[in-house]
Amino acid sequence: MTDQNKVIEILLGMAKVLEENKEFLTDLDNVIGDGDHGINMARGFAEVEKQADALGQKDIGNILKTVGMTLVSKVGGSSGPLYGTAFMKAGMTIGAKNEMDMTDFLSALETGIEGVKARGRSTTGEKTMLDAMVPALDAMKEQQAAGADTKQILEAGVQAAEAGVEATKPMVATKGRASYLGERSVGHQDPGATSFTLMLKEIAKAY
Amino acid sequence: MVGIVIVSHSEKLAESIVDLTKMMADGASIAAAGGLEDGTFGTSYERIKAAIDSVYSDDGVIVLMDMGSAVMTTEMVLDEYDSEKVRMVDAPIVESAVAASVSAMCGSDLLTILEEIEDTKQTPKF
Repeated sequence: MTDQNKVIEILLGMAKVLEENKEFLTDLDNVIGDGDHGINMARGFAEVEKQADALGQKDIGNILKTVGMTLVSKVGGSSGPLYGTAFMKAGMTIGAKNEMDMTDFLSALETGIEGVKARGRSTTGEKTMLDAMVPALDAMKEQQAAGADTKQILEAGVQAAEAGVEATKPMVATKGRASYLGERSVGHQDPGATSFTLMLKEIAKAY
Repeated sequence: MVGIVIVSHSEKLAESIVDLTKMMADGASIAAAGGLEDGTFGTSYERIKAAIDSVYSDDGVIVLMDMGSAVMTTEMVLDEYDSEKVRMVDAPIVESAVAASVSAMCGSDLLTILEEIEDTKQTPKF
């Protein structure tokens, strides 16, 4: 079971890893995007970090919804509305709970991913964050059905997300700023798929 | 008068489009929501919301965007408003800003202006 404190610990871990990878993500985005992904994610999560104490007073659903609203208003690039929607939808799915289990987590992630698809009018194979999110979710659901424990499930998710990031390299971008590069986007990994994988790793590290 | 909001990643671009509309429609109710609070490129939820509020009336508001996060962020801001009153439109931003501001100043209602903006999508530059 995961309580509010654990959720906040994970969010702070995400803030740290995104700050540490700010340059890396921005460099990836410089090649095929508008070069702001690292800066934007770090700015958004720095704001989440500032709110950590206040977040601790809320139930898990409200923590995630508040994080989503913060990302929407502070990130400034596409990752704001996309990750913002994901966190808000995930929060609505979890609802007013003070503890969540793996089934809650996977259904929250699933509605979060559906939110990203709808907001971005996108699907897998378009060189976006969805190319890490969807395989990660599928792998975790599969492990859960096979009776794996939390650690095994999350590790399978991270592996699938990492494979998903690799798989974005040969893809031609058809969504977002990278789509203006067309074939020239081939050979580069997607920054959004990369940031999602970093965040999922933080979740896995906590167990 | 129907209000108009120009959302762009660039503060200067949004403001310049607003300025440009003044050539033909000085007096239209139009506001810019460009860039981030720190002056860098991006789209700001707060700026979009403030711009809508600044031109809002019962006649409604039309929001025109450049691309990407401007579209997605606007979509999220619009969740806070009556969807009949505040409308975002997919159209060439400069042409539609000029068309909408002229029409709004001439007293057209929201639906009429939306139709005129649709026309800008079909009108070739040459």
